[in-house]
Amino acid sequence: HPRPPQLGHFRFRFNKPKNKSGSRGGNGGADGAEAKEEVKMEKSEAEAAFPPTFNVSEIKNKQRRHSMFVKYKQEKSKLKIQLKKKKKKERKALGDKAPPKEVPKTIENQRVYDETTVDPEDEEIAFDEGTDEFSAYFNGLTNPKVLITTSDRPRGRTVKFCEQLATVIPDAHVYYRRGLALKRIIPQCLARNFTYLMVINEDRKMPNGLVLCHLPDGPTAHFKISNVRLRKEMKRRGKDPTEHFPEVILNNFTTRLGHSIGRQFAALFPQDPQFVGRQVATFHNQRDFVFFRFHRYIFKNEKKVGIQELGPRFTLKLRSLQKGTFDSKFGEYEWVLKRHEMDACRRKFQL
Amino acid sequence: MGDTSRLCSVWLGSETGILKGVSLSRKQAFNFCNASHLSRDQEVRALCWGDPAESELLVGSVDGTVKTFSTEKGAFTETRSCGDPADGCFVGLAALGGSALVTCAECGTLRVWREDSSEPVTELHAGQNVSRMRQSPVHRHKVATGGKENGLKVWDLQNPQSPVFSAKNLRDDWLDLRRPQWVRDMAFIPDSDKVVTCTGYHQVHVFDPATPQRRPVLEFEYGEYPLTALSLPAAGNTVVVGNTHGHIALLDLRKGVVRGCLKGLAGGVRALQCHASRPVVASCGLDRFLRIHSLEDRTLLHKVYLKSRLNCILLASTDLEAGGGEGGAPGVKEEDEGGEDDEVWETMERVEEKTKRKTTTTTTTEEGELQKKRKKGKD
Repeated sequence: HPRPPQLGHFRFRFNKPKNKSGSRGGNGGADGAEAKEEVKMEKSEAEAAFPPTFNVSEIKNKQRRHSMFVKYKQEKSKLKIQLKKKKKKERKALGDKAPPKEVPKTIENQRVYDETTVDPEDEEIAFDEGTDEFSAYFNGLTNPKVLITTSDRPRGRTVKFCEQLATVIPDAHVYYRRGLALKRIIPQCLARNFTYLMVINEDRKMPNGLVLCHLPDGPTAHFKISNVRLRKEMKRRGKDPTEHFPEVILNNFTTRLGHSIGRQFAALFPQDPQFVGRQVATFHNQRDFVFFRFHRYIFKNEKKVGIQELGPRFTLKLRSLQKGTFDSKFGEYEWVLKRHEMDACRRKFQL
Repeated sequence: MGDTSRLCSVWLGSETGILKGVSLSRKQAFNFCNASHLSRDQEVRALCWGDPAESELLVGSVDGTVKTFSTEKGAFTETRSCGDPADGCFVGLAALGGSALVTCAECGTLRVWREDSSEPVTELHAGQNVSRMRQSPVHRHKVATGGKENGLKVWDLQNPQSPVFSAKNLRDDWLDLRRPQWVRDMAFIPDSDKVVTCTGYHQVHVFDPATPQRRPVLEFEYGEYPLTALSLPAAGNTVVVGNTHGHIALLDLRKGVVRGCLKGLAGGVRALQCHASRPVVASCGLDRFLRIHSLEDRTLLHKVYLKSRLNCILLASTDLEAGGGEGGAPGVKEEDEGGEDDEVWETMERVEEKTKRKTTTTTTTEEGELQKKRKKGKD
């Protein structure tokens, strides 16, 4: 007796492609559904016989169209698997004479060559970097001293994040913001010989921005923070970091802008790492995102290293780099992220 | 060498003290350096043509020296000390006829120097904190100065006692508070007495000394960031301004509206110049690129990476793309950012050959080799 087709049964039937002929009998669907399926079988056979003169999208009935599409996809994936098997067999048969395996295209492979990539032998850039705002640090004249603060009235997560950052960065001091203006804090920091001002901005109880201001007269970088993991959220983590100065690893900062940002990160840490402490802070740049990780390592033998992740982890994305100390209204920007212009191409990166 | 400097149609001064010449037809940039080693106090702050025939450039540096560079010979021919660094950097440099030159420092002292003496012939004080001094292209003895809390003043060098025109600040705003003023750049509009200025409070003002009104005749705003550079295209009624965020806009002076924006800059604009005859504007700034846009359709024509932050720019009046094109194919344009990536990959070798930056060859003539600097703190 005719019953309206139940949607669940429809789906069940269509997900088992091999049992098309078999499952018709007992699923309690209406005759109409069975008839439809029969029609579909014929149609797909007809399609397979002749080249398709119509597109699947011309079928007005949504369920029929969906099932046709699913069938089409399955055919395609079957063909692909067959092709792969054939290729593998051929490759095995050829043995040594086989052509080399093709390297798959990744976004990093396909990166558009950036003309601002720094050439290590370039004298002009070497001079520029040797005499820029970080030259005092890189010549060993100053030691980093970092002031970490937040936007006004931070909530628990941001406070914990600041505390953990202060354990990771040597000689870092956390202060409560108290609603003070940054332009007023900066002269006080200068008087107390701070070299860096780090302001973690908070939104809806999560840290989401970082302003890193190099102090004597240095550039101010504004980052977006994402994916913050505090220490208690990390799996298989080690004990808390000790007071030893960590080593710093900066990966993949190739362009001129990347160099400036890399130097800014490097200047946060003292220049003489204490290898006794076996701690390392990594800033890894990939696709314009900078990933920060803090590990403790131990060499088990010459070739094997064991690492334990301690410390917070977070991801940064550069939003702007301003020349001079923090002055967002009247300062001159060396680089500003303009999404519509710069993010238009998926394979072009700035850092 | 003289032949490379004769090819260059765009001249730029950088923060590292290097004078850069760019030949757009050959797509090459050349460095010209005075001393055997670079130093930051040679940072170029002002650049201007030494003579109307454009065979000499005057380069003003932070340490107070003005060097003359000859485009024929491709070398610096003389150096003069015009003021001491305690006064502040040069904010304006202009050449008067007969090897006299006018310099203005940040503290406001405007001096006229003659070839022979080391003392200025005329000296006047244009107030404190001057940001820019410009010379009128029509009347060579007229200069304009302006700065932070220092309104526009037009001076006649023949009567240096008092300014010919001194602008008044805008009316107090609706809360009766004094409006701050900060003139960043100005230009004389040809065929009239008018002066257009751009301010650090994102306003553009037009002053007319011919009228008794000392306040701006036209005032409008653009953007939210300080406007740092201004230039007048050859075709009248428009002005090109740039701000600290890298936005360059073409503004209409008749109505005070934005005609269009030029895209591409990532950093603050330090200098803009429009070409004397063609509708083309060259811009340079803190992102270390020279960009040449066309004013008609606002597309990017050329983009050249120049490795140091650029402070000033000068365009030759001759045709930009002409001159010395027996090298590579003249018709190939510089690739836009984000343009045909595959083509860039394939043609990378070819492009690299053409765009050699000759850092060491130019300095081997009379000045000696550049010292190799030990790289410090490279990660």
